[in-house]
Amino acid sequence: MSEHIVPVRVYVTIFLVLIVGTLLTVLAAFHDFSYRFGDHELPVNTVIALVIAVTKATFVVLYFMHVRYSSRLVWVIVTSALFWMAIMFALTFADYWTRGWLPVGY
Amino acid sequence: MSHAATEGIHSHPALQHHFENMEQQREAGTLGMWVFLVTEIMFFGGMFLAYTLYRSTYPASFASASNHLDITLGAINTGVLIMSSFTMAMSVYFTQIGKSRPQILCLVLTIILGLTFLGIKAVEYRAKYEDRLVPGSLIPNAPFHPEVAREGEADPHKLHLLPGATVKQVEMFYWIYFAMTGMHALHMIIGAGLLTFLLIFSIKGRYGPEYHSPVEVIGLYWHFVDIVWIFLFPLLYLLGRHFEHG
Repeated sequence: MSEHIVPVRVYVTIFLVLIVGTLLTVLAAFHDFSYRFGDHELPVNTVIALVIAVTKATFVVLYFMHVRYSSRLVWVIVTSALFWMAIMFALTFADYWTRGWLPVGY
Repeated sequence: MSHAATEGIHSHPALQHHFENMEQQREAGTLGMWVFLVTEIMFFGGMFLAYTLYRSTYPASFASASNHLDITLGAINTGVLIMSSFTMAMSVYFTQIGKSRPQILCLVLTIILGLTFLGIKAVEYRAKYEDRLVPGSLIPNAPFHPEVAREGEADPHKLHLLPGATVKQVEMFYWIYFAMTGMHALHMIIGAGLLTFLLIFSIKGRYGPEYHSPVEVIGLYWHFVDIVWIFLFPLLYLLGRHFEHG
């Protein structure tokens, strides 16, 4: 069989990484990281929370879901999900963010 | 490949006639599950989009509403779900190496952890119900009607509004909160049902190193549900927390 069997050591490591990630994201949430840049208040807390969440999800996909050891075809399908999500967000926010850029009456 | 080398793999009772061998059948099953998971990602993606849109439109109200959620129960549930993902992965592992007893034990643990998650979620829902935070008129005779805390008042059952927040916009947060966590919980219930199915057939000894696609594929589904929660927890419970303590 060409199937890859992931060793227990890897599963335990990923489990610990996920628990540490959860603790980090809770700790970080109570600290105000927001940073003023000119007139803008940068939402650093949101960025930190999302970076930790994306990292955790990536570990789950690659190791618990075995994508790291899967065929190219599985990689293509997983990536396509991200691609279509990106389209959905990009087109929707292209609308909402640009509303009001032109004065009413145009 | 010589005929002798493939004979065992060709004659497995679980091999469907339209597949060449067990390996091809397993690959096709995994691929099919991933295609389904992509549709699930897009399904939850729509709700994450709604969340992003309203959070960016009503930041103060969404932070106020977030701060009312129980961060301890949310964090414990995150740990419970990660633990269940780990036991699920171990169940797949033990099937692959042909150890039936630990595989069944891991399945049982996964089901117990899944039900623990749902139980804690029910406790949280009840608290929201008691604080009259179930949006609209979903509960007959108890429409959305939270008590708003006055300046400096510390009652945890009352809604603490940050400057610029309104009760109407907080209700929007709770629509999204109940839609997303409710859909997630429904997936957990379906997952627990699928795991029970796996458990029954594992006890009957159907799965082993040659044939374990159902364990693998339902495992993928279970990990997907875990990933949804990995995003829901910080987005619903944590963002805006620093306004409270900052």
